Amino acid sequence: MGVLADGVVQAFQLLIHGDPKVIQIALLSLVVSGMATLLSLCAGIPVGSALALARFPGRQVLVSLVNTGMGAPPVVVGLVVTIFLWRSGPLGVLHLLYTPSAMITAQFIIAFPVVAGFTMAAVQQLDPKLRLQIQALGASRFQMVWLLLREARLPLLAAVMAGFGAVISEVGASMMVGGNISGQTRVLTTSIVAEASRGDFALAIALSVILLALVYLVNLALTLIQQRGRTR
Amino acid sequence: MKVALHVYPRLQHRVGRPSESRHIGFLGTTLVVAFLMALTLLMVGCSSSATPVPLTPAPTATATPMPPKPANPELILSSTTSTRDSGLLDVLIPIFQQKTGYQVKPIYSGSGAAMALGQKGEADVLLVHAPDSEVTFMQGGYGISRRLVMHNDFIFVGPASDPAGIKGTTSALDAMKKLAATEVPFYSRGDDSGTDQLEKKLWRTAGITPDRAWYFEAGLGMGDLLRVASEKAAYTITDRATYLANQKTVSLDVLVQGDPSLLNVYHVIQVNPQLSTLINAEGARAFADFMVDPATQLLISKFGVDTYGQPLFFPDAGKTEAGLGSK
Repeated sequence: MGVLADGVVQAFQLLIHGDPKVIQIALLSLVVSGMATLLSLCAGIPVGSALALARFPGRQVLVSLVNTGMGAPPVVVGLVVTIFLWRSGPLGVLHLLYTPSAMITAQFIIAFPVVAGFTMAAVQQLDPKLRLQIQALGASRFQMVWLLLREARLPLLAAVMAGFGAVISEVGASMMVGGNISGQTRVLTTSIVAEASRGDFALAIALSVILLALVYLVNLALTLIQQRGRTR
Repeated sequence: MKVALHVYPRLQHRVGRPSESRHIGFLGTTLVVAFLMALTLLMVGCSSSATPVPLTPAPTATATPMPPKPANPELILSSTTSTRDSGLLDVLIPIFQQKTGYQVKPIYSGSGAAMALGQKGEADVLLVHAPDSEVTFMQGGYGISRRLVMHNDFIFVGPASDPAGIKGTTSALDAMKKLAATEVPFYSRGDDSGTDQLEKKLWRTAGITPDRAWYFEAGLGMGDLLRVASEKAAYTITDRATYLANQKTVSLDVLVQGDPSLLNVYHVIQVNPQLSTLINAEGARAFADFMVDPATQLLISKFGVDTYGQPLFFPDAGKTEAGLGSK
């Protein structure tokens, strides 16, 4: 049990001294997962809205695919992305394997169905009369979707949190496509795995504390935004 | 419709006057977007500082001038968990990068997996310790040069109580027979690593097929497997470097050592550039040359002495494998 206390103490020491390696690892975690979340919002909100509002053949299949994707095992995503990015793979010439870009790609694939699924649920749970009313007021198609998303902004922020939470805490895909290379692709989760397998449990705990603090701060910011909208 | 209008009273003016729809309620959305945009900017700033060729300058005593800039700086090194878990490559790679300007991407797995990457042309250079597989690899034409770098040895470790009574046995095969006869729990790497291949070879040579009742395959790296064996009060075979590096966190004693068949030899192999147009042949040669360079060999001989009171690896550049066995 002493190792837990040691780890917490070490976490504070690393943060107070501003250890450049740890700062870089934490920053890269934030950047990679933030970018992946941003991209998945760009793609997931339109796709989720379309699935919620449009009626077309094959919709049920797509919805079930999105729902399955919400639980896609990161390690499988990592494996498939790795094979695509291999030198012998179809995208090998891009030289993306073992780079932060590869990690963003893999995390995007993990976060996209989460965001799309949450968006779909958020828009679908709106009162159907609202849609009728907006149409009756002569809104264009774009105005209607925009207004519906506005009405659904609280659950949509939950989509942001869920998407970000899924990727910042993910380790399997990042390890596989990133390679946990020091100074290049080492993020908090992969370095926790590596330090634990080297037997440096105190450092692993310290990095875990930093990761938890980071996730908490991001979610705190998002929650404040979400709940401010609520109380107004 | 009247009822609906009552439910959403603010809707009418939103639709009617879209220009005024910038309510403070939108501040939330705007902030989220701003936050993510800030991340994007960070990303740009970060990638421009992270991707260029020489990373952190190596903390070497000798002040070296700016490293040269090779045409293709990206070099993928496929190596084994023991070189990572012992910390050796963490010391050597920064020095190599500073000297040559290459940017090494070390990928660590068992020797079997490391060579599989080489065989597919996914890696440029290998640092591995599975001599039998390496010979097959070279015969298959997957490598163009294989040079001896260093050695240490494999050891049998187990609980201090030593229920199988192998402590002090000098013959590895005798120890294997005792382990099988007493049916004490034995944990195997089970990952086709160099250590795994040696262990399987020892069982074969001893003519023993391990029984599933006491023989377990974990599929873990060496450091992790040592902790499993320690928790289970079981026996296993490990390279000495990983054992010394993890000694503090495991309760396992060295029980058998010194048999010539327990020699653990590391070679550096340059992958055949004909396997893929993307292979960095010059970088591979530079790394292999670096590993056998006298200055590097001196560093290897000193590595770990400060921390463990003994070297973790013994430099062997220029020697032959046969010469090592008789040592």
